[in-house]
Amino acid sequence: DGHDKGALVVSRSLRDSGFEVIYLGLYGKIEQIVEVAIQEDVDIIGLSILSGTHLKAANRLIHEIKKRKNRKVRTAIGGIIPEQDVSRLKKIGIDVVVPTGTPLSKVADLLRASLVAKKMTRMNMK
Amino acid sequence: MGSSKNNGKDNDFKTDSGIPLKPVYSEKDIDDQNLGLPGKPPFTRGPYESMYRGRLWTMRQYSGMGDAAESNRRYKYLLAQGQTGLSVAFDLPTQLGYDSDEVDAQDDVGVVGVAISSLEDMERLFEGIPIGQVSTHLNINATAPIIFAMYLAMAENRGLNFSQLRGTLQNDVLKEFLARKAFIFPPGPSVRLSCDIVQYAIDKVPEFNPISITGFHVKEMGASSIQEVAFCLSDAIAYCDELIARGLEFDRFAPNLSFHFACGRDFFEEIAKFRAARRVWAELAFDRYHAKKDESARLRFFSGGSGAVLPAQEPLNNIVRSSLQCLAAVLGGAQSIHVMAYDEAHSIPTEDSVRICLRTQQIIALESGVTKTVDPIGGSYYVEALTDELQVLIQEKMDQIERDWGGMIPAVVNGFPQREVIHRAYQQEKDIESGKRVVVGLNKYTTDSKSSIRIQRTNEKAALLQKRRVKQLKKRRNAAKAKQALEKVRLAALDAHQNMIPVLIEAVKSYATVGEITTALKDVFGTYKDPGLIL
Repeated sequence: DGHDKGALVVSRSLRDSGFEVIYLGLYGKIEQIVEVAIQEDVDIIGLSILSGTHLKAANRLIHEIKKRKNRKVRTAIGGIIPEQDVSRLKKIGIDVVVPTGTPLSKVADLLRASLVAKKMTRMNMK
Repeated sequence: MGSSKNNGKDNDFKTDSGIPLKPVYSEKDIDDQNLGLPGKPPFTRGPYESMYRGRLWTMRQYSGMGDAAESNRRYKYLLAQGQTGLSVAFDLPTQLGYDSDEVDAQDDVGVVGVAISSLEDMERLFEGIPIGQVSTHLNINATAPIIFAMYLAMAENRGLNFSQLRGTLQNDVLKEFLARKAFIFPPGPSVRLSCDIVQYAIDKVPEFNPISITGFHVKEMGASSIQEVAFCLSDAIAYCDELIARGLEFDRFAPNLSFHFACGRDFFEEIAKFRAARRVWAELAFDRYHAKKDESARLRFFSGGSGAVLPAQEPLNNIVRSSLQCLAAVLGGAQSIHVMAYDEAHSIPTEDSVRICLRTQQIIALESGVTKTVDPIGGSYYVEALTDELQVLIQEKMDQIERDWGGMIPAVVNGFPQREVIHRAYQQEKDIESGKRVVVGLNKYTTDSKSSIRIQRTNEKAALLQKRRVKQLKKRRNAAKAKQALEKVRLAALDAHQNMIPVLIEAVKSYATVGEITTALKDVFGTYKDPGLIL
């Protein structure tokens, strides 16, 4: 939706703490976001959703990533996410869920942790 | 003077917007001359002489969900609970010009507001509600011309005279580019459409406020109260200049302009903000626009409680926060108030949570006694000093926009206000993180227990029904008539001097939909892409 304060503030914060951020802007279509993300070879795709459509968006996101047979990229969703939906999102396959109120430093920590987990999974698979 | 024992701690006492505060204020801090009386310029003490003694503010909770029938039920509930004016929340597809049955809209139908794709939907929305008697606020911007046309067509179908219709259209596209971001077309055509509505309405729908020039979303985005009012009134200047360029006299349209501000958490600063805003506008009206009528200089506003300061954690605390906001709006002289529900950070309100919002307004109105005299806060040393200070700072910011950018439209196109606001938003988040900015229950006095509140869930069934309904309408209607009407819309759009409202009324009557009309307009006007600044 059009409320991008969260997305902008988190993007800025991540950039300041050493992440390279590619900000794709408002009203993105999930298919296009995933396409660009894979082209840019990102580590994490993050969505900011305040409108209550996070479960549907999560399903689409995971579907699009699987469709492209990408095992590398991690996913994160932040915004207005009711308590009950946090575990639902994880079940759908979202790696990091950051509902409103999550401190900025914790967002960065959780994202970094998801990358380490990925590395470890890769190592375990060798 | 501060005591030296404070060791510079006096610097910590600032308003939310950063104005340094003295330990105590006294009669030396008031400039009596600016005070005046309520109902008289510069309206510091209120836009009307009798204010709430004569008539209470309108209790107007923003509301909308699912399909028209579901929202209709909620509106009837609210009216029965004492709501005195309706305020329609539209879903994102409707706001962004998509029909409920379009693929692009599929996940968002009826989620954050009501889905309205056609005149039939509009009529269903107001089924059994006497629109000739109830005042309605339509919170719609980029597609305001279409929605307004539907509202008028509905009135015609009911045999009502347009002069009987009371209400407001938000219709403020400039703030969309700046903060709210539900824009469609580029700035030029957007302002044209906005002004087409104003021009049409002051002639044909005189009891309607055809625009509600809005600072609310700017404040919610992270702006200070100074920036909020400065950017809002600078937007107002842009609209006024456009209307005057069309040949309208300021006194002809100014009395019908209305404004919309947020009410944040700094209690006295918000009260002073509203008073300062009235003063700045009055000076603007008389000095810049040479207003000949007091009504042209009288700023009337709707106060929306700030949702940005209502955390998800310990949600019931938000009832307290919202009550303070409501009281500040009342002491600040609002004409219309929306109170944020305690579950704002979780979902759109339930019946229970929105009822508490109404009760908050009713308790303040009928039990607290603050409405028994006009402007009870007037003459407070602190509030008057703060009002004076805010007026100066707001004016300075407005002058900066004029001087450095040549007005609000160039400033917004170049991202100046957006950068200022997001910079402040980021700083505020860091202050919450460090604990410098206290949010009780979030970063101070926290519990581990999770909130177990019931939240409003999207009505998936209603969304599905709505999608089917729109599909069926497109099959049922006279396709040739709709097509013809859409062609007229396209031609009218091409003519910059033609007011689009009559042609839109015709189009909605032929059951051309929100999506189809928007597509026709996009073909002519193009679309706007947000530059996506991070700083």
